[in-house]
Amino acid sequence: MNVVRAWGVPVGAVLVASAVAAILLALLGAPPLEAVRALVGGAVGDSLALENTLVRSSPLLLIGLAVAVSFRCGIWNIGGEGQLYVGALAATAIATRAFGSAPPGVALPLALGAGMVAGALWGGLAAVLRVTRGVSEVLSTILLNFIAVLGVAYAVHGPLQEVVATYPQSDALAATARLPLLPGTLRIHAGLPFVFLLPFLLWLMLFRTAAGLRLRAVGLSPEAARYAGISTSRETVRVLLLSGGLAGLAGAIEVCGVTGRLFENLSPGYGFTAIAVALLARLHPIGVVPAALFFGALASGSGAMQRVAHVPSVTVQVVEALVILFSVGFALPRRGS
Amino acid sequence: MDAAGLALVLATLRLSTPLGVAAMGELVGQRAGVLNIGIEGLMLVGAFGAFAVGVATGSVLLATGAAVGLGCLLAAIFAWFVLNQRADPIVTGTAVNLLALGGTGSAYRLLFPPERPIVSPPAVPDLVPGVGVFLLVAVLLVVAVAILLSRTRIGLEIRATGERAEAAHNEGIPVMRLRWACTLFGGACAGLAGAILVLWISQSFVEGMTAGRGFIALSLVLFGGYRPARIVAGALLFGGANALQFQLQAAGFEIPYALLLMTPYVLTLIVLALYAGRAHAPGDLARPFVART
Repeated sequence: MNVVRAWGVPVGAVLVASAVAAILLALLGAPPLEAVRALVGGAVGDSLALENTLVRSSPLLLIGLAVAVSFRCGIWNIGGEGQLYVGALAATAIATRAFGSAPPGVALPLALGAGMVAGALWGGLAAVLRVTRGVSEVLSTILLNFIAVLGVAYAVHGPLQEVVATYPQSDALAATARLPLLPGTLRIHAGLPFVFLLPFLLWLMLFRTAAGLRLRAVGLSPEAARYAGISTSRETVRVLLLSGGLAGLAGAIEVCGVTGRLFENLSPGYGFTAIAVALLARLHPIGVVPAALFFGALASGSGAMQRVAHVPSVTVQVVEALVILFSVGFALPRRGS
Repeated sequence: MDAAGLALVLATLRLSTPLGVAAMGELVGQRAGVLNIGIEGLMLVGAFGAFAVGVATGSVLLATGAAVGLGCLLAAIFAWFVLNQRADPIVTGTAVNLLALGGTGSAYRLLFPPERPIVSPPAVPDLVPGVGVFLLVAVLLVVAVAILLSRTRIGLEIRATGERAEAAHNEGIPVMRLRWACTLFGGACAGLAGAILVLWISQSFVEGMTAGRGFIALSLVLFGGYRPARIVAGALLFGGANALQFQLQAAGFEIPYALLLMTPYVLTLIVLALYAGRAHAPGDLARPFVART
């Protein structure tokens, strides 16, 4: 029964969601079979497609973990997208303005660190508003998403715009602040192996340390946790700092490892897809790995689907939404809130 | 009043109307204990429905009907998962928003590809110049909701359901049926708000065009302390700020566009920080209900 629940529900959710999306496409007059063929080709068709899938899985994995830990603590961090953007913004500011000429061993860690701290503070702001002013983190993180995305838009039209001022984008990051590519690959950056290690670290933290136990206890029952002497306010702040930091790191890795610049629409909604990733993984850090790979493949394949079969890439969001609905509608036990 | 002042007043009324209408629907739902953060997505499908049907038929009435219908349909999906399957409302609402964004985006790109000539939906007729019929509809809606909630038997039952579902059930109040009805009403209002955006304010459809208005309406319910009159005041405040933005821009003030666009979200956050803690939320808000026999 446990095996069925652990694997059957996620696999079923993915299958049903894909089928529903295909039917909707057919109803709108698009060719579903051709779309699926293009999608699969763009996701795993050749080595470049595979590399693309891996690279796109990276932010999904990081923010998927961010969502999983916060949901486990009963904190609804919907703000992964905004935390990613402020992380990318901070990393870019450090790498193009403040420490661009620093030696290699300094600029890169500073940029990644700045992204992480910025994301953590953005999440922390929601925590402070909740703990001191009673503002639901659901609303504050959603609003902070809009503010962060527009903040980046302002930055690349204003203070962080490239020196030649042609396009609304930042200067290219200094080579010393870039994550190098792994030898023999075209897109895989050196941050990727580290990213794929994180789920195991997070699993250790959640299930093998007292801090992880406290965090889960608050999620399972805030009243019981309080009775056991755990401060729910402190856990709220901690988990949003951690969660925001992971998402901020994802943003920093995007600019340092993938794009090399900051611009608007840096993320195709990774922060929202990550919610589907975390729920498909049933909020388990290890489960986030296959879930992130799956949605990374979808993200990578959707571009090819649009080019080859002329099916809008945003259709992938429908699959994501349906996966979320089917994951929570039939599987997750409701935790006390 | 000079021309600029009049333009500001008219723009305020226009921009406040969808916020107020969507907030009335969310208010009724929340009073019954249903927290629907999918309101953003409900508005978006309403906007798309109004655009598509408006373009196809040229009829404001049919376009509005389609918007209300689609809002109800998506609200029914939300209601089934949250009320019947007892799925978490926050997660379900987020999925509904994503579904609306992806669904309307796909449908828009497939039905209105860029090579097709630009089309626009019909405009809503004016009551007096500059004031669309939708304003009258919105005023009637607010009055109806205010009376429903505070002066009628059903309103009392709705409030009881939101406050203590178990106790309401023991009094013989059909909790599930009321929550379903209130959620559908919320969907209808959000769909109507989407229609107002398209048929009165923008005359076009853009992917993701609601741009957080649903979330602002949701915040207004809190800010207004779950009372219709104060929610309307909040909607006017936000509509006014929004209108002022455009006027400042038109007057040539050099404010970066992105910062201008950011103001409503910052304003909402500040307002929530000041007032959210004080609002008394319905006791059983967002809690699932299982009838014990």
